[in-house]
Amino acid sequence: MSKMITVSKAIREGLLEEMRRDEKMFIMGEDMAVMGNVFAVTTGFLDEFGPSRVIDTPISEEGFVGMAVGAAMRGMHPCVELMYNDFVTECADPLFNQAAKLKYMSGGQCSIPLVLRMPMGSGRRNAGQHSQSLEGMVCHFPGLKVVAPSCAEDAKGLIKAALRDPDPVVVMENKLLYAKKGEIPEGEYITPIGQAKIRREGKDVTIISWSREVNFALEAAETLAKVGIDAEILDLRTLVPVDWDAIRASVAKTHNVIIVSEEVKRGSYAGELSAEIAEELFDELDAPVERVCGLNVVSPFSPVLEDRNFPHPEDIAAAARRVLN
Amino acid sequence: MAAKKKTEKYSREFLLELYRTMMRIRAFEEHAAECFSKGMLAGNIHLSIGQEAAEAGAFAAIEARDYFTSTHRGHGHVIARGGDPKRCMAELFGKRTGYCKGKGGSMHIADMAKMNHLGANGIVGAGQGISAGSALASKIMGEDSVTVGCFGDGATNEGSFHEALNMAAAWKLPLVWFIENNCYGVSTEIHRVTNTPDLATRAAAYNVDYAVVDGTDCLAVYEAMSAAMAHARSGKGPYLVEAKVYRYQGHYCGDPATYRPAEYMENALANDGIEKLGTRLLTMGVEQRTLDEIRAAAAAEMDEAVKFADESPYPDPCEVTDDMYSADNERCVAR
Repeated sequence: MSKMITVSKAIREGLLEEMRRDEKMFIMGEDMAVMGNVFAVTTGFLDEFGPSRVIDTPISEEGFVGMAVGAAMRGMHPCVELMYNDFVTECADPLFNQAAKLKYMSGGQCSIPLVLRMPMGSGRRNAGQHSQSLEGMVCHFPGLKVVAPSCAEDAKGLIKAALRDPDPVVVMENKLLYAKKGEIPEGEYITPIGQAKIRREGKDVTIISWSREVNFALEAAETLAKVGIDAEILDLRTLVPVDWDAIRASVAKTHNVIIVSEEVKRGSYAGELSAEIAEELFDELDAPVERVCGLNVVSPFSPVLEDRNFPHPEDIAAAARRVLN
Repeated sequence: MAAKKKTEKYSREFLLELYRTMMRIRAFEEHAAECFSKGMLAGNIHLSIGQEAAEAGAFAAIEARDYFTSTHRGHGHVIARGGDPKRCMAELFGKRTGYCKGKGGSMHIADMAKMNHLGANGIVGAGQGISAGSALASKIMGEDSVTVGCFGDGATNEGSFHEALNMAAAWKLPLVWFIENNCYGVSTEIHRVTNTPDLATRAAAYNVDYAVVDGTDCLAVYEAMSAAMAHARSGKGPYLVEAKVYRYQGHYCGDPATYRPAEYMENALANDGIEKLGTRLLTMGVEQRTLDEIRAAAAAEMDEAVKFADESPYPDPCEVTDDMYSADNERCVAR
């Protein structure tokens, strides 16, 4: 049995099931309680769980993420939302210097079971401080796990896995996916952290992607099929730890790789993956790995400009033709 | 007359215990400084010498069920809390027997299981969010523990001070912040960069109660902290205690502190907290010999701590990737 549901409703289901299951879990962030979140992810939660477990915070990202770290050290399971991933600069210390490091620096004395939801992505005409995709920045820090679902099924399965994980997990949710419907199984399920999924099997080129761009890659694959190119779409789902076995198997099959992400190209996680593949799988490659990413610019406001700033299906298809040429 | 009355409030045993704690902090720090000057320690250490009275007084008011956070200048808190000087010293040495298996060092000693010590922190101001979060956890779980955030004057100018205090006040969290104001952030005198004579008065901006005390008077600190702990434990919300202290050394061990006027150390030595309590004990009829024995015992204990640290093994190099993650560590570290 399955049902059609939007990504935001799928996240809501995951949070709801875990809040009912786990009394140590609590939710905090801006506009999470009375309003029920700007994307309606927590509507009704305040009524069911009360103000001690669904907490509206002031606009104090450093303060409340720091507090979530402290609560996690005490054995609580905080689920915190940053309204936009762009605000991570406001809470860089508690996330990067505290949550990521305290287990290691204390010699393993504590775990930090913190989940930080970070809506990201371009395309909502919100300009450069509300439209970034900061996977590269977040993945840089040892100590964090990072997931980035592309569909409703994984959005629910991964938030549940993140909430049960003993380590800090950053859940990167593309805002443009919130309203997108997809089929999910009825009832409880988990999408394990660290497992990629082949969305489309193919033999000519591997297109590695995650989050919203997976959907664009699937569109590109249909276009490519019409000209006889058989693309394999590998949805990473988790960025840290990356499913290297899945990448290696696919590259060994197709011998050509494109990595697609919305990030600014320079310093992107796509670049990190490209380097890993070049270092470890060079002998498998028939052509250099190509990255299809955002431009090295600030995400612009004007729709005409913003739409040039992240990869579209035709950009991915063009890259595939270049790689195979 | 007033002083005599105050003295009689406390038993001789209690005062001797405070004196012993202060002496042990100083002995630990003097031993650490000697090891540092001999090149036995890597990195930097930041010493609590001059701040012993405040630390002994404060921790006498903190109960076993309570939690605390600390700072880069945190050895004294560990000793005052009843931590093991051997494991503390071994951590300074980067040894496997240290509190953090040598992965944290002087600035990061933690002991979550036994001391409820949520960690010293190398980032000034980070303990403010963590201590407030621990207090939030206590409140959600319905526990009656109080969390004490220990930090210095410099940390009161971090944004996290204001963000966390505002939330702790709004939600009436069981939180006490213990500020040891030694007037210097590295080389910068606090009043060159701050417009209030006292720092704890900032609590008033958040409708939070506070006290400012002489940090060289360990009983004044004990009394202020006792009131603060009772206040926080009773559900009235956070409380700030500012203890005015002196930092005898520079910022780090070996810093000549040429940026300070000579009067700073003249005032410090004229108000040494250990000397003051020692004089008080002698007035009460305690023999000098007893105080000397406490000093000698503290020195001997720290000799042992140094020996233990020096003879302990370093971590096995292959432990470098251990303890990054609680689950799936190997794969997370691999790439």
